[in-house]
Amino acid sequence: MGLDFTVVPDYFGVLLLGMGWTVAITIGAGLLSFFGGIVFAVIALYGHWVIRLPFRLFAWLFMGTPLLLQLFLIYFGLIEIGIDLPAFIAGVIGLGLHFAVYNSELIQASILSVDKGQYEGARTLGLSRGQTLRRIVIPQAVRAVIPPMGNNMIALLKDSALVSVIGVAELTLAAQQAISRTYRPFEFYIAAAACYYVINLCLEAGLRRLERRIAASR
Amino acid sequence: MDFDLMLRVYPFFIEAAYVTVQLSVLTCILGLACGTLGAMARLSRLAPVRWVAATYVSLFRGTPALIQIFILYFGGPQIGINLDSFTAGTIALGVNIGAYMTETIRGAIISVDKGQTEASRTLGMSRAQTMRKVILPQAARMMIRPLGVNINALIKGTALVAPISVIELTYTAQRFIGSTYKPFEMFLLAGILYMIIIYAVGMGIKWLDRRAQIV
Repeated sequence: MGLDFTVVPDYFGVLLLGMGWTVAITIGAGLLSFFGGIVFAVIALYGHWVIRLPFRLFAWLFMGTPLLLQLFLIYFGLIEIGIDLPAFIAGVIGLGLHFAVYNSELIQASILSVDKGQYEGARTLGLSRGQTLRRIVIPQAVRAVIPPMGNNMIALLKDSALVSVIGVAELTLAAQQAISRTYRPFEFYIAAAACYYVINLCLEAGLRRLERRIAASR
Repeated sequence: MDFDLMLRVYPFFIEAAYVTVQLSVLTCILGLACGTLGAMARLSRLAPVRWVAATYVSLFRGTPALIQIFILYFGGPQIGINLDSFTAGTIALGVNIGAYMTETIRGAIISVDKGQTEASRTLGMSRAQTMRKVILPQAARMMIRPLGVNINALIKGTALVAPISVIELTYTAQRFIGSTYKPFEMFLLAGILYMIIIYAVGMGIKWLDRRAQIV
């Protein structure tokens, strides 16, 4: 069987819809990983040890096991304890939490790198601990962390392909659907790869602009 | 928590862990080979060679590894490449991680002070000699830790061959979840084994790194 890319345009709509879901899941999980990362970082650095300890264990487990296994656990495992999540939500939570742990590591490092004098200065001026963190330390830390976090977002976009295995109709599953009707795996996986590449280029361009704007506002 | 069940099925998980280790080792070797070649090509004097390497890095880092595995395993037969799932998985993962390693190795090489190259060249060493005797030994020391990060990602990445039915840890967990409906127990078993592998490799890399820093 030779290659015939002319079958691809017939499934343009299917792939486009899949791309839409891929973008949606990336944005959803991206937001969760961003805010989750901040919360996790604050817990890890300033939390009471009773909260910190289980959190450390949780982070350690998430960083030491494959994402695919985590997605299986959230989607199939939570049913066992009575939580039946739709695949899309399970995917967003799984991807989001996974990358939140990685983002948290970055944010922790950058919070620690914010000059201690800033913290002391703010406290001396009468700001509370919470205010100092929220208004002085975290804004500076988040700014420094945008470029490496951008790398995590790009990794997240690509890892969103994994939620196809729990049945989210994103780009990879869309390609598989087209393949099951046409028996043309090579053409459709190449087409899907091209779609990912395009989204990736857009995301990279967006991140570069964001970085430039942050650099300019400094 | 059904410990009885865990005790009954754990031998299958040990066997699967062995497959995961095999996959990791072979993928790592292939990745290092691709990474070294890629880094050399990225630093080449010939522009077309540089372009080819840059395209390799961009394409393989810009698309999901899962799709790359699917292209080779399901798409390969269409262009006359028939591979079993283990081989296809190893090759796809190795070439994929090789793109990341290319940048890691290149980064370490260009971080060696330029004066070193200039001095060696002035002393009459050829470009190849300079690279082999002066630059690479210093770069090698610096790349251990970042390559360790790549290898850690690689081990977890081996889970991606589960969808093409390589009987490694994730696939085994998935299969036993299907037949026992005990996802937590199966996840725990597979998770523990992944952690042990990653921990052991991490220790090895730390040991290497310590030794390299003393020299």
